[in-house]
Amino acid sequence: MSTIVSLPDQATASLPKRSYLNNEYGLKSWLLTGDHKRIAMLYLMSITFFFFIGGAMAGLIRLELLTPQPDLMASDTYNKLFTMHGVIMIFLFLVPSVPATIGNFVIPMMVGAKDLAFPKINLMSWYLYVIAGTFTISALVLGGVDTGWTFTTPLSTHYLNTHVVTAALGIFVAGFSSIFTGLNFIVTIHRMRAPGMTWFRLPLFCWSNYAASILMVLGTPVLAIAIVLVILERTIGIGVFDPAKGGDPLLFQHLFWFYSHPAVYIMILPGMGVISEVISTFSRKRVFGYTAVAFSSVAIALFGFFVWAHHMFIMGVSNYSALVFSLLTMLVAVPSAIKIFNWSATLYKGSITFETPMLYAFGFIGLFTIGGLTGVFLGSLGMDIHLTETYFIVAHFHFVMVGGMLMAYLSGIHFWWPKMTGRMYPEAMSKLAAVVTFIGFNLTFFPQFILGYLGMPRRYHAYPPEFQVLNVFSTAGATVLGIGYLMPMIYMTWSLKYGAIAGPNPWQATGLEWQTQSPPLTENFIETPIVDYEAYDYDWLANKTKHEVTTVG
Amino acid sequence: MDSQALAAHPATQPAAGHGSHEHPEYLRHHFDTVEQQKEATQFGMWLFLLTEIMFFGGMFAAYLIYRNWYYPAFAAASNTLSITLGAVNTAVLITSGFAMAMGVWCAETRRRKGLVISLIFTILFGLVFLGIKYVEYSEKFELHHVPGADFSISQFVHPSAASHETPLAPDMAEKTQVYFSLYFAMTGMHALHMIIGIALLLWLLVRAQQGAYTNGYVQPIEYFGLYWHFVDIVWIFLFPLLYLINRHPGR
Repeated sequence: MSTIVSLPDQATASLPKRSYLNNEYGLKSWLLTGDHKRIAMLYLMSITFFFFIGGAMAGLIRLELLTPQPDLMASDTYNKLFTMHGVIMIFLFLVPSVPATIGNFVIPMMVGAKDLAFPKINLMSWYLYVIAGTFTISALVLGGVDTGWTFTTPLSTHYLNTHVVTAALGIFVAGFSSIFTGLNFIVTIHRMRAPGMTWFRLPLFCWSNYAASILMVLGTPVLAIAIVLVILERTIGIGVFDPAKGGDPLLFQHLFWFYSHPAVYIMILPGMGVISEVISTFSRKRVFGYTAVAFSSVAIALFGFFVWAHHMFIMGVSNYSALVFSLLTMLVAVPSAIKIFNWSATLYKGSITFETPMLYAFGFIGLFTIGGLTGVFLGSLGMDIHLTETYFIVAHFHFVMVGGMLMAYLSGIHFWWPKMTGRMYPEAMSKLAAVVTFIGFNLTFFPQFILGYLGMPRRYHAYPPEFQVLNVFSTAGATVLGIGYLMPMIYMTWSLKYGAIAGPNPWQATGLEWQTQSPPLTENFIETPIVDYEAYDYDWLANKTKHEVTTVG
Repeated sequence: MDSQALAAHPATQPAAGHGSHEHPEYLRHHFDTVEQQKEATQFGMWLFLLTEIMFFGGMFAAYLIYRNWYYPAFAAASNTLSITLGAVNTAVLITSGFAMAMGVWCAETRRRKGLVISLIFTILFGLVFLGIKYVEYSEKFELHHVPGADFSISQFVHPSAASHETPLAPDMAEKTQVYFSLYFAMTGMHALHMIIGIALLLWLLVRAQQGAYTNGYVQPIEYFGLYWHFVDIVWIFLFPLLYLINRHPGR
């Protein structure tokens, strides 16, 4: 049953005198920091930058598709735009989004540690990210790359004269950034937990990031070698994927999707962790079936490695392997459904309040469910032949990645914003932003399901005139969505100076990160916390606040 | 009574506490104990090696598939490699690994001079390996066995009488290019790992000279040793796959 918790009076809260933000001053103290919280902020700024570049490209793509004629840009410009949109959004935004910003900030605090296990490697991971971003931007500035984000051979190795190597190097380096983040999380969660913090007392956010980290550590190196082989094929002319030399382009697809399918779970799992935290906090109830939710993350990570060939059903894999991969694909639906059902059951008889993170979380549950179910359509062989390479695919993965992951990311950013900055975001504005985002998203991507079902192919800049109405809807929706994303950017920046002071635990959440001041001290905790209560134990929290003597500063 | 005594001498308690918590200099601030630091870093290193296995794993998978498909081409192409140079290089690399293992032992037993000498030998044998690899690579250029525009299959279609090789049909002989592509990619990536390793070794050598690893803080040497042995082990798989299996008596 849920526990009713009265929220603390924020009017009396004041900012702590000393925190990680004012511990040291100057650019150097940020660029050479080992503090996981500062690195998280560096990541937050850089991924926001790339999100808006990628978003601007999406805007241009939608603008071109407003009319059936190719009138805004040439076809190769369009190819370059959607390629860069994909590369930037996937490798420079979605993969690092929740783990590198929110995860970096809260995981050490959640487990009760002073920092991640390897602070210098953490900083290096950010620098690698910046280098990767520089490579990607240079590929863009030098004239772009038009392979699609999948770098499909032999197109990428033989038929294009664009900056494939530069962009590929960017992805290679971004991969190492992600490997180091994953490695750091795994070691931290294994070895840095505070006394009493057992595996089953960990917040579910840690579990889901742990599962995503396994995928990062095991999957990303395979992408790295696939990219190295493409680069070697372009530069010195080896023939591993070149049919003229006896190689097989399908092998590239296998290696690429061996990473890039698990990458989908690298992107979504940390988001699911955010949703577990938010749903529990705003229902004032322990997550229903904690163990099942925890192990479903690990199950998704595990199954995620055995389904990659469902991206290749029409690319010449044998019927038998298509059949097997189709069956295995259905398996992933099981742990995903476990999560959705358990979150719904958590809401049941909870004392629910509708703060902004919760609104985003509701958006996530609905949109992710649609995205996931259409994934089951695409996983079945017959349907896939009809729907693949159409806008149905585009709508499907945007429902999962944007409707699911981006909603979860925004939910998490709002949820932990008071902890990160010590100040609240403006509640009314942010609720409006959440609603605008939800409406804009559905208006943008739902018509694309219909377009795809009717047979509009993806990756073309012109289309038959009968598809225009739905495309106009989609473009209009993209405009609304764009406003929905600009709003948090603006009011979050505003709140840094003018937001109400949050106090240590504005949500009355149970995680260890909420039991310390906001913004936290550089060393997180004054003394190592000793954990003698279960995760999401709101009774314990209510009891604790009753007898608490508040000391601030 | 005890509490009274403590109250009378408040200074004694923290001083004693501080004395019992004396930390070695190399303990990073965010770890509680040396053991925790050791466990965490060791675990991290093994995870890193796991990523390396996955990295090479992609190429081993490609090798297995293509070897299965183009068996005659792979057998014929592997016959052109010099088993002598390969075997010598294997011995050289194992010796380098032995020197590294000696280095770890010297660091653990706090022998600074021994550590420095071991590291120098590790570097030297590593360089010898790369030198021999250079000789092998340049031979490939002379024989037109480097994939690309210059690649020639004539040796496999029309083998010289002295080589006792069975000629391959031209379309199968084309597939030797896949073998050499993989040969260069796999040994090239292996060599790159050795070059990175040697660069790290030079830095470790400078620090070891200053006595940084012979004061109880052996982890950097130990973990570099793990990396170096990993690189050895990759070669231990590459050597039989590329040079040895199914060689038939020929040259």
